[in-house]
Amino acid sequence: MNTVLRHRLFWPAVVLAALLLTNLLLTDNFFTVQMRDGHLYGSLIDIVRFGAPLILVALGMTLVIATGGIDLSVGSVVAISGALACLQISGMDDQGSVSGVVTAAGLALGLSLVLGVWNGFLVAGIGIQPIIATLILMVAGRGLAQLVTDGQIITVNSGPYKLIGGGYWLTLPFGIIIVLVVLALTAVLTRRLALGLLIESVGGNAEASRLAGIRSRGVIIMVYTFAALCAGIAGLMISSNVSSADGNNAGLWIELDAILAVVIGGTSLAGGRFSLGGTVLGALIIQTLTTTIYSVGVPPETTLLFKALVVTVVCLLQSPAFREKVFHRRRRPLRAPSTAEEKAQVPA
Amino acid sequence: MSAERTREDGRPTGRKGPGEGERPTGKERPGKGERPADGSRAGESMGTADGSRAGEGKGAADRERTGGGRRPAGIAGLTAGRAVPRKYVPVLVTAGLFVAMFAAGGVRYESFATGQVVLNVFIDNAFLLVVAVGMTFVILAGGIDLSVGAVVALSTMISASLVTNQGWPPLVVIPLVLAVGAALGLAMGCIIHYFEIQPFIVTLAGMFLARGLCYVIGTESISITDETYTALAQARVELPGGMFVSPSVVIALAVVLVAAYVLHYTRLGRNVYATGGSEQSALLMGLPVARTKITVYTVSGLCSALGGVLLSFYMLSGYGLHAVGMELDAIAAVVIGGTLLTGGSGYLLGTVLGVLVLGLIQTIISFEGTLSSWWTKIFIGLLLLAFILLQRLISARRPT
Repeated sequence: MNTVLRHRLFWPAVVLAALLLTNLLLTDNFFTVQMRDGHLYGSLIDIVRFGAPLILVALGMTLVIATGGIDLSVGSVVAISGALACLQISGMDDQGSVSGVVTAAGLALGLSLVLGVWNGFLVAGIGIQPIIATLILMVAGRGLAQLVTDGQIITVNSGPYKLIGGGYWLTLPFGIIIVLVVLALTAVLTRRLALGLLIESVGGNAEASRLAGIRSRGVIIMVYTFAALCAGIAGLMISSNVSSADGNNAGLWIELDAILAVVIGGTSLAGGRFSLGGTVLGALIIQTLTTTIYSVGVPPETTLLFKALVVTVVCLLQSPAFREKVFHRRRRPLRAPSTAEEKAQVPA
Repeated sequence: MSAERTREDGRPTGRKGPGEGERPTGKERPGKGERPADGSRAGESMGTADGSRAGEGKGAADRERTGGGRRPAGIAGLTAGRAVPRKYVPVLVTAGLFVAMFAAGGVRYESFATGQVVLNVFIDNAFLLVVAVGMTFVILAGGIDLSVGAVVALSTMISASLVTNQGWPPLVVIPLVLAVGAALGLAMGCIIHYFEIQPFIVTLAGMFLARGLCYVIGTESISITDETYTALAQARVELPGGMFVSPSVVIALAVVLVAAYVLHYTRLGRNVYATGGSEQSALLMGLPVARTKITVYTVSGLCSALGGVLLSFYMLSGYGLHAVGMELDAIAAVVIGGTLLTGGSGYLLGTVLGVLVLGLIQTIISFEGTLSSWWTKIFIGLLLLAFILLQRLISARRPT
């Protein structure tokens, strides 16, 4: 029992279960999943479907945070990627052409990769603190997205593009499939190969791992690139779901939601360890919370208030200092010293 | 030795006499004034640091005496290389940038190079200035406060709903709003310190909380029709030469002066720098780290609330979507002003210049007319990049 209680995912799972239970009590047929027209429908499916972009962005964010960094620019990358893809598609003669859509998506993802490399270069190459390095792209990126769309909202009418965010495939929403594929790939790459270990060691101490023979710069650049790529896919998904690109509002504050998801999932912002499962749980908690608020009939404006409460509660429960002070528990003997501030300055 | 220096440093007026020659080095908070950003603070030995500054000491001493002569000496110093202590370079570059932008604007546009344009920048950014002052405290202490924009919005919303909908007198509402902001900051500071949760996350939750509260009060924009508010919004403080500023600017400048005094000449200010420099060292030195950390978040909350009050004078409305993204503007202003985000190094003057530079960008873009608003963001991003690279360059060249 004690091991279960101490498991890193215990509290997030409890919160998610509590949220789902609330829904069960307050909403009829919450857990019903129906098959209609060969597609799966239901509140649970909707939660995952609308949460898909957030899960993706949070996955990328997890790896970045695991290296002791943070990526504030993902929201802007979401906007840029969606804007570029929609611009490209709206310029085509035949918006329904699959090859055209693939090209557009490829272009958008390519640009996301470039932006990710840029972030990684600033952090690892020049040694700027991650929060600042990515703040640059966060501020300028929204400008870029508006520049791409010329300040307008670009609408597209493309069947193949609509599939990415709003379509179904194999009875499942396509977005969920994308998330599953990316999640599986990430899990295999980081947990079956040494990559995860390398990331965690860089997050533990970039300088030490460099001296130990790990190319920490490469690892850091890679995780930022991965985060931007995930954000790019999320951008395609979001813009495709509404068939339009809004440089100003697409992905607004998604970076904060993603960071929350990661933190709720038990990954420490100080870096050095990460939990993909926790992140997915965290993202689901955030999305379930939003859905719950809608379905319970509480005015949606109060979503933020609930989010603040949940975040505070989860963070407090995870804080060793809080548990010690409130539950009078002894500190674990091997508790890592809080050297987050020191670590944030190690340039790699 | 270092304790002695710090004590000397705490005094507003340095002591004359044999200490004269070494005053500039004494002035620098030992090991804090100009720390490299790469975290190699521990490796910096006092000896080399003093040695490298020996040449700069004289110039700094001269400037200390002349007081206002900082800027010209600095710009000359940039070309002369070693004449300026490196810690002043970012602030001086920002000042130089402001002057250059102003000059470029004056050449390019008619009726740009007037004092009123600068004053308008102040008028349009008085609230940002106040918020950025609070942010400077937090960042100098090594933290970050993401909740400021939301607290500003909450302040406008509380003011508007109480004044317009409930008919409360402004003299009651404004202190109440300030108290709410300060209380929110205090609460966040306490959580950050006592429960050891990262400031980033706590203030993020604070941001959600404040914005959420805005929407609980109301989702629509509430306009303020109260006489006091409209009078303050329309009032002009006449200056010689036919120029004018708004009362908000006067308040903002008063805040800047008070904050500058507190940061640079009081014990609290010294504790802020020390905590930001190294919390561990500050703790070992017996400084009240807990009180300092909690105080800076309270100050930031108070400043944000005051910023919100000024914004409600400016906008004459309360709205949950006011000041979206202002936290980033404030952080950008602080960074452009040369304050290290790792804490412990920077000047309030820099923050003021940072706000002015941001404001001037917007002014230039509005003068340009054809440039669309998104260029503001791109320019701010480029500026941020340039200044961060500059900070890196300055800290990288230091002997470590």
